Amino acid sequence: MELIGNTSSFLEFVSQPWHWAVSGAAIALTLALLTWMGRSFGVSTTFKGICTLAGAGKRIPFFDINIKEEYWRIAFVLGGVLGGFITANFLQSPEPVAISEATIGYLGTIGIDYPEADSRGMGFVPTEVFNFTSLKGIILALAGGFLVGFGARYGDGCTSGHAISGLAHLQLPSLITVIGFFIGGLLMTHLLFPLLMGI
Amino acid sequence: MKNISFFIVGIFFGIVMTKSEAISWFRIHEMFRFESFHMYGIIGTAVVLGAAVIWGMKKFKIKTLAGSTVTYNPMQLSPKRHILAGSIFGLGWALVGCCPGPMYVLLGNGYAIMILVLLGAILGTYTYGAVMDKLPH
Repeated sequence: MELIGNTSSFLEFVSQPWHWAVSGAAIALTLALLTWMGRSFGVSTTFKGICTLAGAGKRIPFFDINIKEEYWRIAFVLGGVLGGFITANFLQSPEPVAISEATIGYLGTIGIDYPEADSRGMGFVPTEVFNFTSLKGIILALAGGFLVGFGARYGDGCTSGHAISGLAHLQLPSLITVIGFFIGGLLMTHLLFPLLMGI
Repeated sequence: MKNISFFIVGIFFGIVMTKSEAISWFRIHEMFRFESFHMYGIIGTAVVLGAAVIWGMKKFKIKTLAGSTVTYNPMQLSPKRHILAGSIFGLGWALVGCCPGPMYVLLGNGYAIMILVLLGAILGTYTYGAVMDKLPH
C-alpha cells in the first residue's frame, strides 16, 4: 500500500529536469550496460544500417554488411524513440528548458524566442526555425542532418561513439574527433548561424 | 529476442536524454556559446564515470554477456581525417542542435521535423559511402 501511495510523488520527483551529474551518471550507466551486453555504444551507425536495409549494399561495398549484426542497434534507437514518447507523455517537466539569461538575450537579437512549452515538449526545438511550413525550415533541417550523417560516417562515429565511448576508452583518435566537433560547432554557432538567420 | 534487452536499454536512454535536456537545441546552442555549465557537466560526468567503469571491467576481466572480456577496436590515428570529419559533424550538430541519439529521442517527443533531419542524416551517410574513395583518410 505504501508503494502505491508513493507512486505519484515518485513520478513527480522524476519529472523534474535532472541535475547534470545525475544525467551524466545515467549516460555512463547506459554505456556500461551496452558494454556488458557485448556491444559498443554508437548511434550514428544506425544510418548506415538503414542504407543497407534500403539496398545500398548492392551498389556500394561500404554498405554491404551483415545487417543482422546491426539489429541490436536499431532495437536500441527504437527504444530511444519510445523513451522520448514516454517522457513527453508521463514524465514531462513542469517548466520549459531553463537556459541561461545570457543565451536568451542573445537569441532575441537573432530573432529566436526563448524556449517555450508547446504541445510537443518543453522547448526542445525552435520550431520557428525548423518547420515544414517554410522552404528555409525544410532546407535547414535536411542540410543539418546531412552534415551530421556525412561527418559521423567520415569520422567513424558521433557523440556517443567518440565523445562518450571513445573517450571512456581513452582513445586519442576520439579526442581529436571531439576537438573537430567543437571547431565545427563553434564556427556554426558564432559565424554561420547568425548569417543563416539573417537571410 | 536478445534485441528486446537492447530495446529496453534504449527506452532508458530516451528517458535520460529527455530529462537531462541534452536533446534541447537551446542547450546545445548555449553550450557552444559557453554560457552554461550544464552540457559540460553531463558529458564530463559521463566520460569520467564511464572511463572508471570501463577501466574496472578491463582490470578485473569482467566477462560480457557475449562471454568475452571488454576490448576496444582502435581506430587508426589520422589527425587530418579526425579534424575534418569532426568539423563537418560539428557544423551539423550546432545547426540542428542534436546529434544522432537525440534525433530519435526528439522524434519520440513528438517533433515530426526530426523525420527530415533523420532523412538528411541518412542521405549524408549514403553520400559518404558514395564518395569515400575520394576523401583523405
